Amino acid sequence: MKLFPIRGGIHPEYRKEQASEKAIVVMPMPAALYIPLQQHIGAPAEVLVAEGDLVKKGQMVARNQGAVSASQHAPTSGRIKTVTDVTAPHPSGLPQTTIILEPDGRDEWGELPEPIPDPFTADAHTINDRVAQSGIVGMGGAAFPSAIKLNLGEQKKLDILLLNGAECEPYLTCDDRVMREYADEIIDGARIMAHALGTPRVVIGIEQNKPQAIATMTKAVSAFSNVEVIAVPVQYPMGSERHLVQAITGRETPALKLAADLGVVVHNVATARAVHHAVRFGRPLVARVVTVSGGAIREPNNVLTPIGARVADLVEFCGGFSARPESVVNGGPMMGQPLASLEAPVVKGTSGILALTVEEINDRPANACIRCGSCVTVCPCGLSPVDMAAFIRKDNLDVAAKLGVMDCFSCGSCSYVCPSHIPLVHYFNYAKGVLRELENDRRKSERIKTLAEVRTIRIEKAAEAKRAALAARKPAADAAPSGNVPSGNTGEIKAATEEKVNA
Amino acid sequence: MSIAIVKKSGPFAHGYSSVQKTMFLVLLALTPATVSNLYLFGWPAILLFTVTVGACVAVEAACLALAGKPVVATLADCSAILTGWLLAMSLPPWAPWWIGVLAAIFAIALAKHAFGGLGQNVFNPAMVGRTVMLISFPVAMTVWVAPHPLFSAGAPGLADAIAITFGGHMPDAMSAASALGYVKTELSRGIPVTQSMGQVPDLMDMTLGFRAGSMGETSLLLILAGGLFLMAKRIISWHIPVSMMGSLFLIAALFHAIDPARFTSGTFHLMSGATFLGAFFIATDYVTSPVSKPGQLIFGIGVGLLTWSIRNFAGYPEGMAFAVLLMNSLTPIIDQYTRPRAFGRTRKGEPLPLKEKL
Repeated sequence: MKLFPIRGGIHPEYRKEQASEKAIVVMPMPAALYIPLQQHIGAPAEVLVAEGDLVKKGQMVARNQGAVSASQHAPTSGRIKTVTDVTAPHPSGLPQTTIILEPDGRDEWGELPEPIPDPFTADAHTINDRVAQSGIVGMGGAAFPSAIKLNLGEQKKLDILLLNGAECEPYLTCDDRVMREYADEIIDGARIMAHALGTPRVVIGIEQNKPQAIATMTKAVSAFSNVEVIAVPVQYPMGSERHLVQAITGRETPALKLAADLGVVVHNVATARAVHHAVRFGRPLVARVVTVSGGAIREPNNVLTPIGARVADLVEFCGGFSARPESVVNGGPMMGQPLASLEAPVVKGTSGILALTVEEINDRPANACIRCGSCVTVCPCGLSPVDMAAFIRKDNLDVAAKLGVMDCFSCGSCSYVCPSHIPLVHYFNYAKGVLRELENDRRKSERIKTLAEVRTIRIEKAAEAKRAALAARKPAADAAPSGNVPSGNTGEIKAATEEKVNA
Repeated sequence: MSIAIVKKSGPFAHGYSSVQKTMFLVLLALTPATVSNLYLFGWPAILLFTVTVGACVAVEAACLALAGKPVVATLADCSAILTGWLLAMSLPPWAPWWIGVLAAIFAIALAKHAFGGLGQNVFNPAMVGRTVMLISFPVAMTVWVAPHPLFSAGAPGLADAIAITFGGHMPDAMSAASALGYVKTELSRGIPVTQSMGQVPDLMDMTLGFRAGSMGETSLLLILAGGLFLMAKRIISWHIPVSMMGSLFLIAALFHAIDPARFTSGTFHLMSGATFLGAFFIATDYVTSPVSKPGQLIFGIGVGLLTWSIRNFAGYPEGMAFAVLLMNSLTPIIDQYTRPRAFGRTRKGEPLPLKEKL
């Protein structure tokens, strides 16, 4: 099949061999699990348990609330120790509400929802409800609640379900291993998702540096005429949703739109496998495969980790540190987040835990920019990092915004190639944060302004009504009723008010 | 187990390029041509080269110290050495020492540090140095000599060289004209190009460097080899050299076809003057050329066309340095108008329209 070129990109040192040949191993249950209420994009889940409750594996311990949210389930059987604030797996290291579960060692499944007997005849709602009920979120790292993405079929006409198996981040091999070891489960899950979405085609995109995964998956899809595996070039950031869609379909997602607006929905391969478990067995998402790697890890591995296991326990399971890590990263080295503490738990979006040495990170003090233009050449978004950074340095964020800093998704290609080691992504993240805050402030003040105007109109209207009533009484006294004009005015004001409120 | 709090965003992986490495590779690429030319022009050239590079480093150190910047650490980026090196290659090889020193002061102090140091300058420092010298001291800057290879008969020894470079004793009999200068002078005397071309060195001598000219103007093959090496190492891309030499060749060939008595051929323009050095090493200077590939093409074409125009219609026989400086001044505006199209947006920055699905 003909592929389409994507702009820019880099070829970093992949270092996937550290873990790629390690078959998935199961991590023994740690002494305690820390299940944050928010492991996803959207609103945190609502706690359903209290201190001392006994829970079974798979039992819902927190329910999704609001339009965008995901439920949490007990990853094993045990007792709820407490619900308290624990360090979040976030660079800020700030605490968030977390359920602490003490496993009882029996790992007993609770009562699970019935498997959906024949998902391909079930309607989309049944499948989406099951996915929502099972707490499944995007497992590629973004952790967006999957059920919402599966509902897109109702609003838009879709033609392709694109399964993302690119895994373009260096070091990470969890998707590679899952594809090699559980190809049939992924494809079953993908076909169920395609059925729910109403997409006739399923395409699985895998980077060419995973030949075994490509071979296994190609063999596994041979039975299904509407499912195909496509090997995509090794070019970071191929795994970015918009870029993978462009490489495979040639469709360029417009800014501020979704790939779904072009008829393509993208899900990660591990998410498809979670859907398979939820639909075929009623099992919620309670564990995931995490790549533990990096030069400072004694025994790099791909570990099936219960959600909520502390990073410290996971590292311990992989032999601990062999050297002092300069940074411990949650995710891949390019787009992952630094961990502020090893006490933070593994969550549904944790694809990797990397303990990286100084040599691996190879960061150096920044020099002057020599305008070599490498950043412009490699930017997959077609931006000019050199110019944006110059304006951000001078705190001229409006110009940076005009140059498209909000379109940057922090893939890190520019920072990677910069010969002067200028922390470009750091500048852009700063600018994005400030600009977002300014935008929020602007919206807030606009809302306040609207409300104030509406209030003024309301008061005027009341005064007008009062005057009208007074005027009506006077002519009544003069025995000549003529109250039409004021009431007409009131109607106009009412329309204006409604307009304001609706705006 | 505690870990350090990270205060910086990702990525947590970086490539291995650095400013120092980039500069070093450019110096390495220049080395064969430089060694060959130092050999061809002998001791005076070696002395001038040493003085010019040394002066650039000294001026850079002084400017850094004045600005309160780290001196040793910044000198280690090799940018001053590169400027001095290119500057020396653009001077007449037997020019007196003070030409090199004055040029160094203008290049480093005025063109570079007055603008804020590395990366901030608008104009190519080496070309500023050369051009200021050419305008201020046109005689000293246009005394060319034919090559006198080291240790050959008639070549100055070290003692003679010291007299030439530091004593100002230029042996009269030795001066010669550069090919471009000769053709221009002859033309002004009413002798057509077709006739004067018989007197300039043949193609082979020009390619190997056996001709009068500044150090970097000769030895085309070695300059070309250095340029290709930089391309292979991905320090420079093909855009500026190809567009510059291509446009220069095409316009020269076109006018040569129209009026061969007035205009020299495209090949002559490519082979003479600083075309090769300029295309691979001067115009490709990162700081003063556009950052995007389309911008670099425009820049290269501009340098090519301006070089040809200046060589033919202006007072100077050689126009490379002027052309580069003129295009340098246009770099910011070229950059502004050749920014790439952002993903998912039109050239104007509006989101792409949603196409109707098939």
